[in-house]
Amino acid sequence: MSWLRTFWASTVGKKTVMAVTGIMLVGFVVAHMLGNLQMFIGAEAMNKYAALLKSTGELLWVARAGLLVAAALHITAAYQLTMINRAARPEGYAKQEPQVSTLASRTMRLGGVILAAFIIFHLGHFTTGTFHPAFSETGVYGNVILGLRSPLVAGFYVLAMAALGLHLFHGAWAGVRTLGLRKRSADPMYRRLSMGLAIVVWAGFTAIPVAVLLGILN
Amino acid sequence: MSATHATGKGMTLTLHVWRQAGPNAAGRIVDYPAPDISPDMSFLEMLDVVNERLIAKGEEPIAFDHDCREGICGSCGLMINGSAHGPMKLTTACQLHMRSFKDGDDIWIEPWRAKAFPVIKDLVVDRGAFDRIIQAGGYISAPTGTPQDANALPIPKADADLAMDNAACIGCGACVAACPNASASLFTAAKITHLGSLPQGQPERDRRALAMVAQMDEEGFGGCTLHGECQEACPKGISIDAIMQMNRDFVRASATAVQAKEWSGAA
Ligand code: HEM
Ligand code: SF4
Ligand code: FES
Repeated sequence: MSWLRTFWASTVGKKTVMAVTGIMLVGFVVAHMLGNLQMFIGAEAMNKYAALLKSTGELLWVARAGLLVAAALHITAAYQLTMINRAARPEGYAKQEPQVSTLASRTMRLGGVILAAFIIFHLGHFTTGTFHPAFSETGVYGNVILGLRSPLVAGFYVLAMAALGLHLFHGAWAGVRTLGLRKRSADPMYRRLSMGLAIVVWAGFTAIPVAVLLGILN
Repeated sequence: MSATHATGKGMTLTLHVWRQAGPNAAGRIVDYPAPDISPDMSFLEMLDVVNERLIAKGEEPIAFDHDCREGICGSCGLMINGSAHGPMKLTTACQLHMRSFKDGDDIWIEPWRAKAFPVIKDLVVDRGAFDRIIQAGGYISAPTGTPQDANALPIPKADADLAMDNAACIGCGACVAACPNASASLFTAAKITHLGSLPQGQPERDRRALAMVAQMDEEGFGGCTLHGECQEACPKGISIDAIMQMNRDFVRASATAVQAKEWSGAA
């Protein structure tokens, strides 16, 4: 297993792990968003969907374990790489003009921290009910409506989803490139696909807390 | 003193230059007025003029690195107004001309900043880390002697072009300087792509990727987060596509567990 240690020790190895786990999380997030949009179909559809997920039993736990491991690896690699990258420039410039880096690429770490905080809150909110005012094991639709009526909580969801959109805009593009899965291109900075993905995911998730606040969903 | 350069229609600039007496001395930005600068001068000629004036006044001239002054040696790395090699794309500092600036401009001049590129004096940094990355694997082992017939080894045009594009790297370090993580990924990847695209580079391809990446990390450069700043700063137009190639080669070499074991055992 010495190759595995060599692999993880290197910045390229860690970045590869980040890309693989990141792409897994993107897959989850897209599926999760599509599932959530059933809120707009109605309570019955949403609750049935949630019951269906829960009825998969062990499969659900396998998926949860996979996501947890992916998130843990993603965060560990991110943290370690951040420390390495900070140490690589002990003295900064008096003047530095970013040329092509984006707001998204420069806020990956901040966005990641917001998302991590969100995930902890979110699991306690809708999965375990710990942070929920009136949690019901079977009434997912009602949980979401009641849980998002507080403007503070809904605001946090909206903020976190903005962070998610930015994270995806850079991450979806970068992850594919880190793994070397793109063809050579005259314009490697081109990322309209990840822009589209980011907007769809951001809008799809944000629609729910906004609709609850506006009373469209109740 | 500077009479030979005076044109009568010179610009008046204010320079803000990083001055540092030696590797362990504390440095600071010092302001210098630079009157009567011809727009036809190169950036380095402008510094020469400023230095002549400093010497005439009995002051220590500004140390900066340079050699070819024609954009091919990679010595002249300077952070100019916050961008590596200054405002012109695909241009080294020595090929930059003062007509890129306006009369009355403030110009900030700083050395490359990276832990792996320690400042020697003023604007001069030690880029020995790049040499050590090349030593780790940036070569091929070919028997020397009579060269073989040029046509004995057919190479597809696309591969030859790719190798040539990446061989254009002059090791200037602008990619490191511009990268928010001070990563040497573009430099390392250019060499890996250059040699890995040619048949002569295949025997050592796996070892090269592992060894060069390991040395890059060892030197204290940061990792790639694909900001893209390196590609933008590179005077030779090296594409971040090279980094895809480096990562692919590295992953493939790591996955070839037997070879990797051999290598990490040797390292
Ligand atoms: C406004 C946006 C979101 C809403 C309304 C929402 C809603 C929900 C709901 C209702 C559940 C519980 C499903 C159930 O147990 O039946 C859930 C679970 C979960 N959500 Fe979200 N979610 C949102 C965004 C996100 C985002 C962006 C992420 C991750 C980046 C995320 C990660 C998770 C995870 C990890 C679970 C747990 C899955 C499991 O229990 O296996 N959610 N979400
Ligand atoms: S990749 Fe470009 S910027 Fe980096 S050292 Fe080579 S020539 Fe300079
Ligand atoms: S002095 Fe040689 S590249 Fe500028």
